[in-house]
Amino acid sequence: MGTSAWLLVSAAFLASAVEMVEALTIVLAVGVTRGWRSPLIGAALATGALAVVILALGPALTIIPIDVLRLVVGTLLLVFGMQWLRKAILRASGHKSLHDEDAIFAREADAAKRASHEVRAGMDWYAFTLAFKGVFLEGLEVAFIVVAFGGTPGGMSLAALGAALALVLVVLAGLVVHRPLSRVPENTLKFAVGAMLTTFGIFWGSEGAGVEWPGQELALLGVLAYVLGVSFVAIAAMRRVRVPAAAPARSAAQAESES
Amino acid sequence: MSVIARFFAFWYDFIVGDDWTVAVGVLLALAVTAWLVGTGIAVWWVMPLAVTLLLALSLARAVRR
Repeated sequence: MGTSAWLLVSAAFLASAVEMVEALTIVLAVGVTRGWRSPLIGAALATGALAVVILALGPALTIIPIDVLRLVVGTLLLVFGMQWLRKAILRASGHKSLHDEDAIFAREADAAKRASHEVRAGMDWYAFTLAFKGVFLEGLEVAFIVVAFGGTPGGMSLAALGAALALVLVVLAGLVVHRPLSRVPENTLKFAVGAMLTTFGIFWGSEGAGVEWPGQELALLGVLAYVLGVSFVAIAAMRRVRVPAAAPARSAAQAESES
Repeated sequence: MSVIARFFAFWYDFIVGDDWTVAVGVLLALAVTAWLVGTGIAVWWVMPLAVTLLLALSLARAVRR
């Protein structure tokens, strides 16, 4: 595999792992408090719906000219990746609350306990809906990334491979620990994903605009090193800026809604 | 909010997020890159530089809020 392929699989794997950990937290919280059948059906259907989205949109990309596709995909990845990177830098420098899976698990479990236990047609619809929505919405970011990577030759299968590896790993971890995966360095992973998406965005966006990169595909490594360097300088500079007293005291719920 | 408005609001929030100036800046930087390519200058450095500036401005705004 070339440089681009390795980076692509890694980016898809890390992005998928982060989102799947978040989805797993919701499914676990609902499953532990209300039983497993309905949330597992909800999670499975949401995974199926995401696969349909990827399979439907992926092949459609092949009919668009490659330069136009690179420009569009590069632009979307850049805007999307800078969002992730910006939040990760704000978190790493203490200007935004860290993502706390334990707190989110406790909040979701508490809400699930208090909700009514109405069962219709053998299904706990509250548990089903919560699990479906959680998995579908968190997975949509993965689907978006996989479809965007699908805009390059062989990109779809590589990105799908990264996402599938993450799915297997996170599901296995969830089965083993049966608790929120709070030890996963989620904020660090989000930082890495933000840097990688931004790198691909810069590379493909520029190529789509007509740029020829020195070193061609190898330039990806240079761009990644540059993006990481800029991000570390930004974190160091922002750590020197006083954090408003209210920022670290924000609740996990608020932090989650902003993630 | 109507279903259509909610649909667009979701995708706006999903892709653009909470700082629209980054998205506009990226579009402008790509337009400038495409224009400079036409002049025959090597312009691979434009997007990395633009991203650095956009990120710095966006972070500065986030800290001031």
